[in-house]
Amino acid sequence: MSEARMQACRVLVPSGVLGSGCPQAAFDRGISLKPDAIAVDAGSTDSGPHYLGAGVSKMTRKAVKRDLRQLMVGRAELGVPLLIGSCGTSGTDAGVDWMADICAEVAAEEGQSVKVALLYSEQEPERLKDYLRRGAISPLPPAGALTPERLESCDHIVALMGYEPFARAIDDGADIVLAGRTTDTAVLAAVPLMRGLPIGPSWHAAKTAECGGLCTTRSRQGGVMLTIHEDGFDVEPLDADNTCTPWSVSAHMLYENSDPFELREPGVVLNARDAVYTALDPRTVRVTGSTHLAMPYTMKLEGSGAVGFRTMVFSGIADPKIMARLDEFLSKLRAHLTEGVSSVLGYAEREYDLEIRPYGAHALAPPGAPAAQTPPREVGLMTLITAPDQTTATEIAKFCNPVLLHFPLNPDDPMPSFAFPFSPAEVELGRLYEFKLQHVVAIDDPLELVRTVRFAVDRGERRAVA
Amino acid sequence: MQSLKDVAQYVRSKAAGPYWVTVDIFCGDAQAYERIRRAPGLSGPAVGRLYGVSENAVKVFEVPALNVIKISFPRVEPQGSAHDADSHAGQYFVPLLDVPVA
Repeated sequence: MSEARMQACRVLVPSGVLGSGCPQAAFDRGISLKPDAIAVDAGSTDSGPHYLGAGVSKMTRKAVKRDLRQLMVGRAELGVPLLIGSCGTSGTDAGVDWMADICAEVAAEEGQSVKVALLYSEQEPERLKDYLRRGAISPLPPAGALTPERLESCDHIVALMGYEPFARAIDDGADIVLAGRTTDTAVLAAVPLMRGLPIGPSWHAAKTAECGGLCTTRSRQGGVMLTIHEDGFDVEPLDADNTCTPWSVSAHMLYENSDPFELREPGVVLNARDAVYTALDPRTVRVTGSTHLAMPYTMKLEGSGAVGFRTMVFSGIADPKIMARLDEFLSKLRAHLTEGVSSVLGYAEREYDLEIRPYGAHALAPPGAPAAQTPPREVGLMTLITAPDQTTATEIAKFCNPVLLHFPLNPDDPMPSFAFPFSPAEVELGRLYEFKLQHVVAIDDPLELVRTVRFAVDRGERRAVA
Repeated sequence: MQSLKDVAQYVRSKAAGPYWVTVDIFCGDAQAYERIRRAPGLSGPAVGRLYGVSENAVKVFEVPALNVIKISFPRVEPQGSAHDADSHAGQYFVPLLDVPVA
């Protein structure tokens, strides 16, 4: 008995992150190829713990709105789903609401009638404590076991969604899905997976396109089109003059991934070890042989919490006498500063953190790096004070200021003056956040920790939908 | 003796999530791949000593199809924490450029 061939599924991926832009000509070419979905990621932990901790977007509202308008206009032309993951950079509830407002605004301005589903995956520490008590939360290397106190130390916690909440929202009639934190790949794999396309190739295609044009030879010329089919998947750049090569596509599996062959996703692990990359034509690559293994369903947790406030002083030194004995100078400087902070301000060393980074010398050197052979020509000293509050951090920095300006290498040297680029010299950096979680939570139902809210925009009016 | 920067085509590093760094060594061709693969300075223990992490934590992957050696390890300072000076881990690869390659 011969079975009908499975219908292929095309996903237009305009860029690696919403707000970074896709050239209009490349996007229009993508739309002309009639994709079955438009999907893009809008966030990442890549820019550090501030965005999740503070619950704010890295991208500007105007850049996000420009991109969202382009996608919404293209979507309306084809009548296919538009999926956006990790709204507002960190995918907090506030990030989803921020994106929902922009979406409603664009719909009204463009006179579109759209049904929108919002997927929220921010978690309350109290709820996660129940999972912790039941032994359902486990650490990922290099983290240790989770404690309730660690959960409480987070200002925001998000769980990374898989593709299932998107599939449900689209099945329920959403034109546009705006989601909280989602794995970069799940948002791109959702429509192929819900249409029953092969699992390994769907995830591998999504991993290939998660950074938009980075899997092409000219990464700044817009995103890519994925075509997932029975035999695997094809990837081609949206821009007609750009190319994908077996090299550019296969090498992308390495990018930002600690394992070159495997990728763990909610409920599945992708294995690309035996994948074969073939040039279909000068600009399209076909990938076959990607496999998967079903795994217990887990969602990764990300948490960020404030640990203090920082103030920075930046100063420059080029005096060759000091360059020749820099480490000795830094060690004496540090000892003098901490002694003064203790005796004059009354803060013991455990009450604050003082770090002096010698940029131009070895600020970026790891602990086991060999010492430099020649003295640097000049160094920038970044002095960082972290304290429980901003006032204390700045108070300590102000105390350090005259020392950083005039500290001599030898006690009897004539008083030197170093190069301060700013007045005032102290720069308040605000709250310092740290990532707090590297754990997964095991769940029975992929929608268990996800809340869905629907709204529609009709003739410029936004209204809630049950 | 030559060092990695003379033999490899391209070396890069990047954060792989907030707690891991991954280094990709694109050797260029099979001959360079074989030479680089054998460099003692790129073994797990040597990389662990350089970056101040436990040698058991360092993972070295060989990807012969791409002539790539990939090295991943947990970072001592999680991304963005008080003492982290390279949030995206984009400059972590630099000290490896001086590893001798026979």
